[in-house]
Amino acid sequence: MAIRTYIEAIREGMRDEMRRDPRVIVLGEDVGVKGGVFKATDGLHAEFGEMRVIDTPLAESAIVGVAIGAAINGLRPIAEIQFQDFILPAVDQIISEAAKIRYRSNNGFSVPMVVRAPFGGGVHGALYHSQSLEAMFCHIPGLKVVVPSTPQDAKGLLRAAIRDPDPVLFFEHKRCYRLIRGEVPDGEYTVPLGCAEVRREGRDIAVFTYGLMTHFCMEAAESLARDGFACEVVDLRSLRPLDRAAIVASARKCGKVLCVQEANLAVSVMSEVAAIVAEDCFEYLDAPVRRLGGPEVPGVPFSPPLEEAYMLNTTKIEAALRELAAY
Amino acid sequence: MAVMRPETSPGSDLDAELLLTMYRHMVRARVLDERMWVLNRQGRAPFVISCQGHEAAQVGMAMALRPGYDWIAPYYRDLALTLVLGMTPRDHLLALLARAADPNSGGRQMPAHYGYRPLNIITGGSPVATQVLHAAGAALASRVRGEDAVAYTSLGEGSTSEGDFHEGLNFAAVHQLPLICVVENNGFAISVPWSKQGHTKDVADRALGYGMPGVIVDGLDPVASYHAMTEAVARARRGEGPTLIEAKVARLTPHSSDDDDRPYKTREAVAEEKAQDCVLRFRRVLEQRGVLSPGDAEEVRAQCMREVDRAQEEAENSPLPSPESLHLHVYGDQ
Ligand SMILES: Cc1ncc(C[n+]2csc(CCOP(=O)(O)OP(=O)(O)O)c2C)c(N)n1
Repeated sequence: MAIRTYIEAIREGMRDEMRRDPRVIVLGEDVGVKGGVFKATDGLHAEFGEMRVIDTPLAESAIVGVAIGAAINGLRPIAEIQFQDFILPAVDQIISEAAKIRYRSNNGFSVPMVVRAPFGGGVHGALYHSQSLEAMFCHIPGLKVVVPSTPQDAKGLLRAAIRDPDPVLFFEHKRCYRLIRGEVPDGEYTVPLGCAEVRREGRDIAVFTYGLMTHFCMEAAESLARDGFACEVVDLRSLRPLDRAAIVASARKCGKVLCVQEANLAVSVMSEVAAIVAEDCFEYLDAPVRRLGGPEVPGVPFSPPLEEAYMLNTTKIEAALRELAAY
Repeated sequence: MAVMRPETSPGSDLDAELLLTMYRHMVRARVLDERMWVLNRQGRAPFVISCQGHEAAQVGMAMALRPGYDWIAPYYRDLALTLVLGMTPRDHLLALLARAADPNSGGRQMPAHYGYRPLNIITGGSPVATQVLHAAGAALASRVRGEDAVAYTSLGEGSTSEGDFHEGLNFAAVHQLPLICVVENNGFAISVPWSKQGHTKDVADRALGYGMPGVIVDGLDPVASYHAMTEAVARARRGEGPTLIEAKVARLTPHSSDDDDRPYKTREAVAEEKAQDCVLRFRRVLEQRGVLSPGDAEEVRAQCMREVDRAQEEAENSPLPSPESLHLHVYGDQ
């Protein structure tokens, strides 16, 4: 086991897969000599050359559309979108094309492609470098959506995503890149898509979350534990497909549920989680399902007090947990 | 770099067998296309979109490609192109009638959404111009593997207003990919004329902005189309990058079976285009050259009719998809 930051784990995941499989290529803006604006692809250009690590024109639809064509013709492309906020010009290629190609060709064609993009706030990135847009992709059959929260998962999920036969959107919380360190197993391991992970066991409140919020929830759960409340923190990891069985098991076990996400709540991942709990756990609930998420404003503002007010933190989560504990 | 307008005298320098093959392909596509309209008017097929008036360009271009080796990202008018590459009237009638055995999509997509794995014909959706990027990506993959396959893509002139057209050609030019992009310019995007899509005289003028050759070809002439494509393909295979070809064609039908072209196209313009019908024109050329007799032409048409009759019967007797199949093939690891 080695200690790695979240971004180092992602870089190693790409590097190891590129060493293992000559079909894997990386393409995106500044991914070449510079190694990406966050340095996620640092060293890949030097090791694999410009044929496999491709600086593209500044054109997101092209990055994804070319990756689709390359995947159809036998490669395993990893397309990097510099910030998730700038994925929108590529949404037609993702939703109209990548998501539908297997279905519309009756299994004749498939798109084994990964689209990586950093997302999330708390980094003074303001409206257009802070968004959490995962929900819009989770709505689309044919796509898979993954958000790792730890270095171990980041590497293992990324490797699984690269080997997956279908398009996977791999969203990396940019605040985690250098903030989060952890043990990463040696050797070739993958973390299967579609499986949630119980990060902390408990029987009083089930907390469903993902991404950076996982770490905040763990801190809040720690604090409640000191007062004798045992929270079960479930890191969803895979947002599409959701691990329905894991959600149902933890919700039934605890009888109280708090759903926590950074994105605003309307028609979001946690709308779906709450619906699953409502459908499958009704008789087991001791309290109404509670959700905690971002406010219904169009983006994360720049000025520190505004950003602070937008973002969830351990204190806000703890307060929601205590309220639920007292119900 | 300037836009090229190759001079051609139709049929002059190709051997008779090749010319006859071209003619047969054109007639076969026309007969099939006309049959689709009949089925539509009989209420047996809800939707038809036509290649009539585009056959010469498509047949000429397709004959310069290597079927099953090169990568093809076509658009909805490319019926004749797909037939030359190896798809059959039966394949297309199965799609028209939304049968389970439709090799494009198993009856999931509207007709004319081509896709056929064995021939590297990449499945297309309905949004226009997205396929230009897929062709660029396919070209990139061939290059990464060191193969000399080329990628072909096509679209209408109106669709060149889309961002993906620009992004695709720019990408292909920057990376000098073996891509040939064919614009089948029939003058209208449904009802909107070229003058409201672009402010250049010709679509091919846009090639200059990408630093690639732009070629204008008489798309009513299969031989000229064949030559233009042969040259572009050779350049691409040699690693000399992409080409934009504009084929000037005619749309001999309304946009689709759901369109009525009377509000935006004068009857004189329609009559003029019909007088220039590429199938009739090529027939006259071949007759003048002594390659084809009137009797031969009738026999070609009769053969095509028999093939299409058989294909229609097979398609009509082929089962519809089962409702349970709705859920299949969303993911590969289902
Ligand atoms: C992105 C998108 N917008 C609109 C449409 C509807 N539409 C289908 S075909 C068409 C006209 C295309 O004209 P052109 O590119 O000139 O090709 P043509 O049909 O004339 O061959 C339009 C507007 C579409 N399919 N996709």
